[in-house]
Amino acid sequence: MNIIILGAGQVGSTVAESLVSEANDITVVDLDVEKLRQLQDRLDLRTLLGNASHPSILEQAGIADADMLLAVTQSDEVNMVACKLAASLYNTPTKIARIRSADFLAHPEIFSADNFCVDYSICPEQILTDYIRKLIEFPEALQVLEFAGGKVSLVAVKAFEGGPLVGNPLSFMHTHMPQVDARVAAIFRQDRSIMPKGDTVIEAGDEVFFIAATENIRTVLKELRRMDKPAKRVMIMGGGNIGRRLALSLEQEYQVKLVEHNKKSCERLASELTHTLVLHGDCTDENLLLSEHVGDVDVFCALTNDDENNIMSSLLAKSGGARKVISLINRSAYVGLVQGGKIDIALSPAHVTIGTLLAHVRHGDVAAVHSLRRGAAEALELVAHGDRQTSAVVGRRIDEIELPEGASIGAMVRNGAVIMAHHDRLIEPDDHVIVFVINKQIIRKVEKLFQIGIGFF
Amino acid sequence: MLRSLTVIHALGMMLILFSVTCIMPMITSFIYQDGTLHDFVLAMLITLIAGSLMWAVTRRYKGELSVRHGYLLVVVMWTAIPAFATLPLLLALPGLSFTDAYFETMSGLTTTGATVLTGLDTMPQAINLWRHELNWLGGMGIIVLAVAILPLLGIGGRQLYKAETPGPMKDSTLTPRITETARNLWLVYLGITIACIVSLKIAGMSWFDAVCHAFAAMGLGGFSTHDASVGYFNSPAIELVLIVFMLLAAMNFATHFLVWREKSLKLYLHDSEGIATIVLVLLSCLGIGFFLWWQGVYPSFWTALRHASFNLVSLATDCGFASEDFNKWPIFAPLFMLFLSCISASSGSTGGGIKMVRTMILFKQAGREFRKLLHPAAINPMKIGGHVIPNNIVFSVLGFIFLYFMSVVILIFALLISGLDFISAFSAVIACINNAGPGLGVVGPASNFGVLTDFQTWVCTLAMLIGRLEIITMLIIFTPKFWQR
Repeated sequence: MNIIILGAGQVGSTVAESLVSEANDITVVDLDVEKLRQLQDRLDLRTLLGNASHPSILEQAGIADADMLLAVTQSDEVNMVACKLAASLYNTPTKIARIRSADFLAHPEIFSADNFCVDYSICPEQILTDYIRKLIEFPEALQVLEFAGGKVSLVAVKAFEGGPLVGNPLSFMHTHMPQVDARVAAIFRQDRSIMPKGDTVIEAGDEVFFIAATENIRTVLKELRRMDKPAKRVMIMGGGNIGRRLALSLEQEYQVKLVEHNKKSCERLASELTHTLVLHGDCTDENLLLSEHVGDVDVFCALTNDDENNIMSSLLAKSGGARKVISLINRSAYVGLVQGGKIDIALSPAHVTIGTLLAHVRHGDVAAVHSLRRGAAEALELVAHGDRQTSAVVGRRIDEIELPEGASIGAMVRNGAVIMAHHDRLIEPDDHVIVFVINKQIIRKVEKLFQIGIGFF
Repeated sequence: MLRSLTVIHALGMMLILFSVTCIMPMITSFIYQDGTLHDFVLAMLITLIAGSLMWAVTRRYKGELSVRHGYLLVVVMWTAIPAFATLPLLLALPGLSFTDAYFETMSGLTTTGATVLTGLDTMPQAINLWRHELNWLGGMGIIVLAVAILPLLGIGGRQLYKAETPGPMKDSTLTPRITETARNLWLVYLGITIACIVSLKIAGMSWFDAVCHAFAAMGLGGFSTHDASVGYFNSPAIELVLIVFMLLAAMNFATHFLVWREKSLKLYLHDSEGIATIVLVLLSCLGIGFFLWWQGVYPSFWTALRHASFNLVSLATDCGFASEDFNKWPIFAPLFMLFLSCISASSGSTGGGIKMVRTMILFKQAGREFRKLLHPAAINPMKIGGHVIPNNIVFSVLGFIFLYFMSVVILIFALLISGLDFISAFSAVIACINNAGPGLGVVGPASNFGVLTDFQTWVCTLAMLIGRLEIITMLIIFTPKFWQR
């Protein structure tokens, strides 16, 4: 695909990186020479210096032949104007804009084809906020991902000694909780994946991915580890875009403390937030953490812009007694280093948010993509189309589908009802099928399977 | 000093405007043939001529009012207009001293509602209407009225408007032009008043009584056409209607205006000050009602609740109607009602006192101090209804409270020196500075302020003026700095 990315900031460059690796032609436009140079040194793509909302720049970037425009600059207005220009002047097929302001999002009609022509709007900060919110709701989970509008969830959890299922084969799950239908999609043991079968035994320390209807998550989690008390006290470091949104979405149900080092931002935050206690100070100031009782905190989230500060303050919090520590880490090299050590969850914003974009880039009708295990694995929500003649999946039983090795079907959503994938279930047209892929290399094969036509005429 | 003549010029214009207000009692007098028509004509002519002279002589000094002249004009006007308003009283009621007449008109214009007159039931109708009209005019403010009608005040109008409107935050104008804001506020005021007149008529008053009591209720003045005040009617329906309209008048008229413009009752829920007032007043009604029943003042709980509610709402909103002699109630009840009169009215309403929003700010400030000790690093903004209150407003509220209490203390001492007993002195000052009306002791609802000596009457008059102009506006012109260039 021929893709133009406007803006080489954090979102733009991570998107560029993962799209390049999927064999797309990328052009990145930005006003900052330095950022463009770094990007070009690292990745195989074209860069262009200039204002992303000027037609001449878009023209030079090759918008006339582009399949997709990704407007992810810092400014909502520039993104919207760029989409409008692309639609009016060049008729670009797919236009995606990053829109952060809730004011714009409150009026979705301005994005319609008559107005700003934004096909999809994304807000990475909001995605990340929702993601962290899930982790706070389920403090035992490592990752909670939603499919089909929140009906089905994929949950990653570390199995602990004391969970009823730990030390037993998977088939025991059905006998132990017959009323709940859940499927284990994959197990990672010491970073190696195991394809789960009925006789696979879950060991303590395994990272287990299971799929279940969203309302059953808590029951299944209970099988795999001893449950803690639900979280009540949350401390957030950094009152940037993510910290602010998170505090805003949590403050009604949780006791939230928010630490920010910029006095001006503090005052703005304090005026916006009603129940959150806004503290002015440095997030690595151990005296501040202690005087604010970091030891009683259930979930500690380090969400500043600075990886090192996030890591250090998370370590301080953990040693101070915080129960669960989440740290936002941009540099992917760090993520692997700290995850699973003292820091419970290392979040890479790029991996959390990239899925939303990938869903639009992929072939076939892909409703959602979630990147797992730092991009090594993936979970996809694919929509099955066609009939037995034109499709390789529709009208077939699950065990008849020739899925490549390393992929497994977890569940289907049919007309809003969740159906767990057992080997004898039939796939019908317009089912949303959730597929778990352990190995990124085979994603293209899975997509091909769900595309209509090829090889059947 | 010559620049101050601009103030006289503006005052002249105000007096010309004010003379027009005599027309309503003139019409009344004509309808009822009560023999006061020529008094009002004479009063109107004197006011008109005096105003025109002032205006004409100082015409050369016509110009924009500076900030200082704005304050000066407000104070000068609030002392001069009651003086001119005494004319019909002095002409129609021989034997009334100027001291008492000035107290009466000041009480009317500041919406206090305390009276020195007796025999109200037999008073000429025009005189009664005149007193109630003063209540009504003073409620929304004569200057706001002038700003609404006369564009002459120009930019200085905003300054005057701010100096007269009660409350700590006056920068929120509802429309781009101050004239338009003032006009809309008066229209809303007029509209609710008409609704009140009609409701009172339906509840059983005569048209004349309905008009007079609606004026007094909406201005939160509390004058009545009867010596027994609202107790004369002895009608739960009338009391209920008055309670509702007194509570409406004790809310910020800006809220009423927004509700009217947006046609949405939901906006009342955004007025946290008004909600606080209503919740506090209604809970207090229940509490005092229960207290009176428990103390055996009234045999049944419902009677106790009825009398407690009416008198409490009346005093708490700084209106000052009375239906019972609450002076005879156990001392806790009337003192608590006087306490409520200090804090209950909203800013931008027609009531007086400290105002609910200042009380809320002080409460939150106290909470802030506690939080500061528990979380030294916390950023701790003051928020009312979701909006941050800047620190300078908090400080000005603290300054206001200090001046308020100092004024109360000094005025009480002045009354005590003159020989008044403590309860009477205390309640008279509180009732006057809050523009509430009846006090306790010798100035209780069953008697009136006529028993006071001339000196005591002047002290109370001063208290009313200080309370209406919210102290700072009044005291600023007595500071030496004010007169320095």
